[in-house]
Amino acid sequence: MSHTTTDAPVPVGTRSVPPDGASPRKQPRWRRDFPIDWQEDDYVSRRDLIKYVVLTSGAFVVGQLCVVYKSLFARRATAFEASAVASVNELAVGGAKTFAYPPGSTPRLLVRTGARAFVAYDQQCTHLQCPVIPVVEQGKLHCPCHNGWFDLRTGDAIAGPPQRRLPRVLVEVRADTVYATGVEDAAT
Amino acid sequence: MKHGSRFARSQRMTVVSAILPFVILIVVLQLWLLTATVNAYLGGDRAVALPAALVSLVCLGLNVGLLRYLYRLD
Repeated sequence: MSHTTTDAPVPVGTRSVPPDGASPRKQPRWRRDFPIDWQEDDYVSRRDLIKYVVLTSGAFVVGQLCVVYKSLFARRATAFEASAVASVNELAVGGAKTFAYPPGSTPRLLVRTGARAFVAYDQQCTHLQCPVIPVVEQGKLHCPCHNGWFDLRTGDAIAGPPQRRLPRVLVEVRADTVYATGVEDAAT
Repeated sequence: MKHGSRFARSQRMTVVSAILPFVILIVVLQLWLLTATVNAYLGGDRAVALPAALVSLVCLGLNVGLLRYLYRLD
């Protein structure tokens, strides 16, 4: 084991100086393992607490930057292969049907709002996942579980507990068939 | 070798005890800011993300400044 050449007092830990003032390497094993004086203990532990709180502060900044990244670069709609979900004549105006798009997804709700106008959304309420029901004459979608309401035209939450809009399924009418062509993220 | 400090041990203890509540207050503010930003983002409002991130960064700067000040007391 090597020894330092100087015998000048060397602080151990922060401001702790061994009673003999010798180099830390010359101290007994127990003092090298516990180099902080008990008088310094409160100060060092409190300063370490501040250090970890500042690290938490850094973690929050990373979280904020992730939200910025997602808001700037995340895809706003995901395109899947177009899939026929209904024929135009299958639904009367004001009628609705459920379907899965893409296959295996959560239930989607297709609503006929006009002669050749259709809208489709995720059927699960963004509050607590209850299925929503179209109320076409009022231009709304209703979640009966907690009396939540969504705009049928846009999917925006307009009343009740839901805070987020319903994810929209993009639909197109080609000839006499309604096709689903993509899914918009909820946060768009 | 530096033995001297501007503050005695008891004074440094007072300083660290004074700084701690400020740092915790700033972190709680950041937590609230992150919660509000995520809530707004999920609600479709993307405009708040960048200003909120800048404010959070300023908070981190303040915290780091206070921590550096503490280390410079030794």
